[in-house]
Amino acid sequence: MADETRTPQGGGSRAPVSQRPLTVAPGSAGIGSQVTVKIDGLDLKVPFGTTILEAARMSNIRIPTLCQHDDLCIAGVCRVCVVEVEGMRTLQASCAYPITQPITVSTHTRKVRQARRHILDLMLANHYGECYACWRNQNCELQALADEYGVDSFRFGHPDKPKVPKDTSSYAVVRDMNKCILCRRCVRTCIDLQEVGVLEAVNRGAATTISTFMDKPLSDVVCINCGQCINRCPTSALAANDPTDEVWAAIDDPRKHVVIQTAPSPRAAIGECFGLPAGTALTFELNTALKQCGFDRVFDTNFTADLTIIEEGTELLLRLRDALVDKKPEAVLPQFTSCSPGWVKYLEHFYPEMIPNLSSAKSPQQMFGAVIKTYYAKLHGIDPADIVTVALMPCSAKKFECNRPEMCDSGYKDVDYGLTTRETAAMIKEAGIDLLHMPKSEFDAPFGSATGSGVIFGATGGVMEAALRTVIELVCGVKVENLFDHARVLPVRGFDGIKYAELPLQAVGPVPDILKGLFTDWNWLRGATLRVAVAHGTASAKKVIEDIKAGGKFSECHFIEFMGCPGGCIGGGGQPIPTSREIRAARAKAIYAEDEAYPVRKSHENPAVLELYAKFLTDGPCGHVSHRLLHTGYTPRGKYIY
Amino acid sequence: MNSHVINVKTRGPILFGGVTAGEGLKKALSMSRSEIISEVRASGLKGRGGAGFPTGVKWNLAAAALGKRKFVVCNADEGEPGTFKDRVLLSEYADLVFEGMTIAGLAIGARQGIVYLRGEYRYLLAPLEANLARRREEGLLGSAILGRQGFDFDVEIRLGSGAYVCGEETALIESLEGHRGEPRNRPPFPVDTGYLGQPTIVNNVETLALAASVLAKGAEWFKAIGTDKSTGSKLFSVSGDCQSPGVYEFPMGITIAQLLKVVGGEEAKAVQVGGASGHCVPAKQFERTLAFEDIPTGGSIIVFGPGRDMLKVARNFMEFFVEESCGQCTPCRYGNVALLEGVEMLEKGRCSMTHLNELKALGETMQISSKCGLGQSSSNAFLSIVTHFENEILGRPVPA
Repeated sequence: MADETRTPQGGGSRAPVSQRPLTVAPGSAGIGSQVTVKIDGLDLKVPFGTTILEAARMSNIRIPTLCQHDDLCIAGVCRVCVVEVEGMRTLQASCAYPITQPITVSTHTRKVRQARRHILDLMLANHYGECYACWRNQNCELQALADEYGVDSFRFGHPDKPKVPKDTSSYAVVRDMNKCILCRRCVRTCIDLQEVGVLEAVNRGAATTISTFMDKPLSDVVCINCGQCINRCPTSALAANDPTDEVWAAIDDPRKHVVIQTAPSPRAAIGECFGLPAGTALTFELNTALKQCGFDRVFDTNFTADLTIIEEGTELLLRLRDALVDKKPEAVLPQFTSCSPGWVKYLEHFYPEMIPNLSSAKSPQQMFGAVIKTYYAKLHGIDPADIVTVALMPCSAKKFECNRPEMCDSGYKDVDYGLTTRETAAMIKEAGIDLLHMPKSEFDAPFGSATGSGVIFGATGGVMEAALRTVIELVCGVKVENLFDHARVLPVRGFDGIKYAELPLQAVGPVPDILKGLFTDWNWLRGATLRVAVAHGTASAKKVIEDIKAGGKFSECHFIEFMGCPGGCIGGGGQPIPTSREIRAARAKAIYAEDEAYPVRKSHENPAVLELYAKFLTDGPCGHVSHRLLHTGYTPRGKYIY
Repeated sequence: MNSHVINVKTRGPILFGGVTAGEGLKKALSMSRSEIISEVRASGLKGRGGAGFPTGVKWNLAAAALGKRKFVVCNADEGEPGTFKDRVLLSEYADLVFEGMTIAGLAIGARQGIVYLRGEYRYLLAPLEANLARRREEGLLGSAILGRQGFDFDVEIRLGSGAYVCGEETALIESLEGHRGEPRNRPPFPVDTGYLGQPTIVNNVETLALAASVLAKGAEWFKAIGTDKSTGSKLFSVSGDCQSPGVYEFPMGITIAQLLKVVGGEEAKAVQVGGASGHCVPAKQFERTLAFEDIPTGGSIIVFGPGRDMLKVARNFMEFFVEESCGQCTPCRYGNVALLEGVEMLEKGRCSMTHLNELKALGETMQISSKCGLGQSSSNAFLSIVTHFENEILGRPVPA
């Protein structure tokens, strides 16, 4: 038989059809028309193929769900959302039932309520532990449903001992299968949303569990540490590897000088952990709160985001010259961004042959660590051995990144601990600090000044926008505002999985001072068209890379921004739970608003960055010092496990 | 082959001996697609796997469905405990089965058939492959079958790997596609979104053999046997406490008492009809009929003699489902565990009436809220046993 017939269909999805969003047969007569449905006595007209759950939500009828997640395809496995459809013997999972003919639905009959209660009882009979000893306490979907359905006893028992040990092997993600209720959101996240495929159900019946390849520890499989599974887990079966105790210990140690850098995305999201709606930035309140927690200095990661733009942008210009002018065969284009550690590890596993495309510039987090333990230590006469650098990141992969063996260029571990937004919120709560009512305070010197370009790193397209603002001004010698209203580079903004833009460089200006050591003129760029692309989520990244390998449109690009997580950093694996497209959009909005509030909005105009080059990185961008401290190499890991 | 004894006791008119292989296909080739489907519909033939879905309706839906290609799948994953009749058909009457598939392919416009053969029936693979090779040589498979230009159809055999749930048609399709054998959400149904997303009919071995017979002898001949709503005859796999266990062909609508008389099991106190997922019928209901309108069955009949401990029977079935649930949906994955724990409590005399009632309610929840037929029927045995044998179970001596 031809191979074609053995390839599962469905738009490249690798998830089995049992867990795919196909609910109406393609080509069904009626697609596009309206169907009537009666839900709890309410008459509705909905588009053909709408699920009962969607129809109910349209009319504000609440149906409880657990395995359903708006970011993921339908599984229909938890059965919590069952409803009664008139004329059918069995209850139907409302998330998976497409309305294709007029039906009458009841969402809370006795049968339905009893079934839901039984299902919850069965889950609780296999969900180890007590809520008060759990990091998801009051942020747990199972707990919320148990409350909603009045669970006051464990009718089918409740385990008081764990059955399996936790997997704490990974720097980023901890798995505790004793808490797992097998909703399979993590499986669908990993296999479909991210197309990594580390997690899958194994065994049958009551022995079913979620596992990795050959049940290996998470550190030994192709996990990219993106933590998207954590964000979608309804319980505490998945968690980030939490270094809070070590951070507290450092704070409490009077010999240690503990500094924290905060990334833009956590600042736009941490309010959610304190009950605020998504999209409320608490940047300056957070500075005060962190000081009160005991951190000696609070720095702004935007500073090194700007530094990254200078280094990565210079690297791009060098690559362009090597490729376009000098025709050097080793000059590889397009250049890929390297600031997302989830993306970097994805590439190392799945496309190790593409590593030469990856910018050698470190991520802002790691640049900061190296700068703090060298420049800052010297400036303030502090022994770097006594400095503890903490990074507040929206990310679980940053925990892995700071533990990469090569990230010790300062002579010490450049970044000691990565904290997630959630963990930082927990620290603030533990310290009894009322974050929402903190007075505002600025970031600490000498890295106090930041730009709007650094802020937008948090959203997909942000790195590209920041880079374009700088490249346009440095190369063309014109103000970005002349080309893009309010310096908003709209073609690279938004949540499309893959974005593409072209930028003709019609005129060129003089070479700015900072780059004079590397370039004499820009004449070779006059009339060229800069082609860039942006992809977020590794599923989108995969599409772009496959296109490049096939010699498609993206192989013609010069520069491509990749972010491991859907939405970019604002949707990172360390961000507050829950997540959804709307929540991520609100966070992004907060970030772009913050950008516009900055007096300086371009990385190359950041006075602190310019000062760093003047005083410390004296041989300029991509010079020797910068190469030693701010650039790195990668490991071709491959996807096969031996 | 000797280790797999074919123990056929009664050879009825339809499956065993009444029909010559080849007749049905020849007739079908003289008819239009819609005429073939009409003939099957008129016969009243219903799915012999146990669910009893009208075969003609299924074929008609698949014929009408849009798809680049269509598939005919023969469900030979005979896994229901106490069922061993498809094995007989595949051993002795494989031609009839393949002929049924070919006719189905002609009727719905499929060019490819797949036999999903139970992993434990690996010993049948070689003879079945030999049979297929012979059929290709004889022009009964391949391109331009029996000289009809444009009618191409071939069959391949795939082996299962021992999961009971893969007898469920959508799990079977998942397995065929190389995934974990887990049932899909329905709708959509395989007739429009089946194997590789294409219209697919999944029919039991016996159904396909009967379809060939219907085409050979006509709907009227078929309808003359059985009852109004359950036409034709059916193979029964009889096992347990009786004189002559084996495979029997009986007309649909036979009573349990009649069946027990033939097999020498009149003393039985209960009969499990339909295997582990079926119902336990007590002696006082032996006048009930084996028919889709009364007690539907895929053919498994397990006879329990007067000395059987019914709680042990229940334990056996629950242990089976705890292991064989695919583990996908909550009610089936954990519900069967709760019921098995209930059986253990009953054995120890430690199950309160309150808890027993809770378990019965849970069993009903499983019947209506599980994702597939496996989960929906996995509590049947438990419920029917604790209902019909409540006195025996509650009155049993408690171990010291």
